[in-house]
Amino acid sequence: MTHDMNIKLKVWRQENTQAPGRFEEHQVVANPDMSFLEMFDVLNEQLIEAGKDPIAFDHDCREGICGMCSMVINGRPHGPKRGITTCQLHMRSFKDGDTITVEPWRANAFPVIKDLSVNRNAFDRIIASGGFVSVNAGNAVDANAILIPKEIADEAFEAATCIGCGACVSACKNASAMLFVGAKVTQLSMLPQGQPERESRVVAMVNQMDAEGFGACTNTGACAAECPKQIPLSVIANLNKEYYKAKLNGK
Amino acid sequence: MKLDAKIPQGPLAEKWTNYRSSVPLVNPANKRNLEIIVVGTGLAGASAAATLAELGYKVKAFCFQDSPRRAHSIAAQGGINAAKNYQNDGDSTHRLFYDTIKGGDFRAREGNVYRLAEVSANIIDQCVAQGVPFAREYGGTLSNRSFGGTQVQRTFYAAGQTGQQLLLGAYSGLERQVGIGNVKMYSRHEMIELVVIDGKARGIIARDLVTGKLERHFGHAVLLCTGGYGNVFYLSTNAMGSNVTAAWKAHKKGAFFGNPCFTQIHPTCIPVSGHYQSKLTLMSESLRNDGRIWVPKKQGDNRHPNDIPEEERDYYLERRYPAFGNLVPRDIASRAAKERCDAGYGVGSSKMAVYLDFRYNMVNKYGRAEASKKGIENPSEDVLVALGREVVKEKYGNLFDMYKQITDEDPYEVPMRIYPAVHYTMGGLWVDYELQTTVPGLYALGEANFSDHGANRLGASALMQGLADGYFVIPYTIGNYLSKEIHTKAISTDHEAFVAAEKAASDRINQLMKIQGNKSVESYHRALGLIMWDKCGMARNEKGLNEAIQEIRALREDFYKNVRVPGKIEEFNPELDKAGRVADFLELGELMCLDALNRNESCGGHFREEYQTEEGEAMRDDDKYAYVAAWEFANDSWNMHKEELHFENIKVQQRSYK
Repeated sequence: MTHDMNIKLKVWRQENTQAPGRFEEHQVVANPDMSFLEMFDVLNEQLIEAGKDPIAFDHDCREGICGMCSMVINGRPHGPKRGITTCQLHMRSFKDGDTITVEPWRANAFPVIKDLSVNRNAFDRIIASGGFVSVNAGNAVDANAILIPKEIADEAFEAATCIGCGACVSACKNASAMLFVGAKVTQLSMLPQGQPERESRVVAMVNQMDAEGFGACTNTGACAAECPKQIPLSVIANLNKEYYKAKLNGK
Repeated sequence: MKLDAKIPQGPLAEKWTNYRSSVPLVNPANKRNLEIIVVGTGLAGASAAATLAELGYKVKAFCFQDSPRRAHSIAAQGGINAAKNYQNDGDSTHRLFYDTIKGGDFRAREGNVYRLAEVSANIIDQCVAQGVPFAREYGGTLSNRSFGGTQVQRTFYAAGQTGQQLLLGAYSGLERQVGIGNVKMYSRHEMIELVVIDGKARGIIARDLVTGKLERHFGHAVLLCTGGYGNVFYLSTNAMGSNVTAAWKAHKKGAFFGNPCFTQIHPTCIPVSGHYQSKLTLMSESLRNDGRIWVPKKQGDNRHPNDIPEEERDYYLERRYPAFGNLVPRDIASRAAKERCDAGYGVGSSKMAVYLDFRYNMVNKYGRAEASKKGIENPSEDVLVALGREVVKEKYGNLFDMYKQITDEDPYEVPMRIYPAVHYTMGGLWVDYELQTTVPGLYALGEANFSDHGANRLGASALMQGLADGYFVIPYTIGNYLSKEIHTKAISTDHEAFVAAEKAASDRINQLMKIQGNKSVESYHRALGLIMWDKCGMARNEKGLNEAIQEIRALREDFYKNVRVPGKIEEFNPELDKAGRVADFLELGELMCLDALNRNESCGGHFREEYQTEEGEAMRDDDKYAYVAAWEFANDSWNMHKEELHFENIKVQQRSYK
């Protein structure tokens, strides 16, 4: 059955983007069935009742799909378990008496807003540069007019499950966004609807990625290992292939 | 004020076509000078913002999240309905229309619902064209499954992540327009006041949630696509940030609120595990295609579910509703679960849960089919389980994983434990056929309006409605308003109405910050949720509702005396954001109870215990309550206006799924 757990937290506190940050220690009593974020709720209520400033952190859906939660837990984005987001992590993954270090995503392209919250608008700008099919509402043909083999649809779907959380960037020593970009490029380059803009898309997205200050890929694979949706590293190989092909064609 | 729904004349099937052919247009040159504010970037907001920008309007879009892609539409799991009849199983526009009206227990407008069914097919085409990777069959065609309240397969899906894929499609369209410069995107911004000039909506006051500063934004029209208000119950399947604030501010500036008490309690959610619980997680309705719901036949049976033999299980939905079985609509499935648990048959440690069991179909449906495909003769039960498991995994894998993450139990081995939870609100801002509220120039789309689902929404219809409103309805209907606004120049935000609206918003913030009591915002939200769940939840009665109104008033008074909002106004301060939202929920809760008290009948999700049949089914009173209750806020109180519902194309009857 469930026993209370005494947890020591070392949490990154930073007042705003410009201010220097520091670690702050807190004690919290947790329940193994609590989610990691619910443990933060409990801590924040304690802080509020004690007249202190609660810890700012991003979260919304709390079911692993919105991509908003973003904590580096003991050095790993979204914590020690594979294939889940921070909000899906439960305290049963830790032991009574553990000390847990919690930091925000660390990347130049993701400036800290406050404490554990960062600004990820760079991802939106990358999508705005080309991560779409240019089709206005009202133009579409019947949905079954173009058949797509199941294998292709399934693989495109797998790439499309990216939640844009940024764990890949945070995990990468170069703060590279190539898993994120590769996932979108792979999805759209596989589908017939993505063909007309296939080459211009990849070039535009890579250019924007560079402009945002994300680093290059050195194939360590940390991104795919930490991706909560388990987007495979092969999307980066595909991104490189698509990019070179477009460049060879003079795009 | 007489409510005019502005339903076009003529036969039902021709209303929308005739409307579209005759509605005034705005020429491209004029569109460029017309500004539209879109608040919220879920399916309705993102699709509306993208589509209006494609048409040439100047759009400003707002969301409180850090990116428009995070809106809670992203979490919709099961699918989206469309009357494509790809399965050749008898579907049609009329049948989708009929199912939706009946599913809503005859409390929705015929004209709106028929239009929804009509444009449903276009939505699927549009999404496929955007590169949305829907599930497909081996032949390359789109795949369908069944949802509750229907007897055809018309639900399109992308594993258990349909909402995500549809939203990312709409988001990509929106970002494309941002990139081109037709949409200016304001993320981490919350609308906290509506600006009304000469009776027309002309802009909003938004708070930049990073700096805490207030901003004034002008628009020739304002669209609220801000979702539902299920978080009034504290625990719900909504995202933590989902709120009623934008809609509520509009309500207080003159927009009527329609059927606020119509709340959807979803039957299959993971049960509450402890007092620290912050939200509830849905297990998609699609699971009821293959999962069978049961409780033990014996009260208080503490045996492990796998040790309870077949003949000692009560598949109560199949028993009570043989025609639809496990696929009855949500309101009915939820009430039936509550009935069993209240009667002492519940399972799990809290006894407030029922089983959702996949083993039967894993073995008999999928296991046997796979075995025969593979030519395995006389397969053992273990072989069948192993084969069936793979098929189930492909269909529902991510949902099973989610369940295991949360409960630490493996649903492939033991049945899921589920219990109803607040999921969706059919009520919302009252709108006419054009999606315009009672404030000219102010529109409400998607879950934020009340219009299409009556007293109960069918599964996979929320995504349909959000995208229908955004891609295919508002682009036409807004023309009727804006065509008369082409001479209106952009109004300066120095106008006195902007100044006054900003001051009102600022005063409210100051008031909250000044209290500095000793209780957290969260504690008030939790207390409100308990009142709402106990007295305005799955079952309601006159006594409880009257008590709830008194309790909510007392809680609200206490809130304004003792709440503590930490931090400063002009900084990133999530507690202050939350305080404003909870303050609005504390008012909305009272209106919901008032509406539930007024409606002396049971219909759909609104179950008044005084009004039920001998078999415990909802008992409508069509003579007295076949109307939309549209509430007007005036002088710190509410007046109710009626929009009578007329059913000319379908026969109103006692809803039966037996």
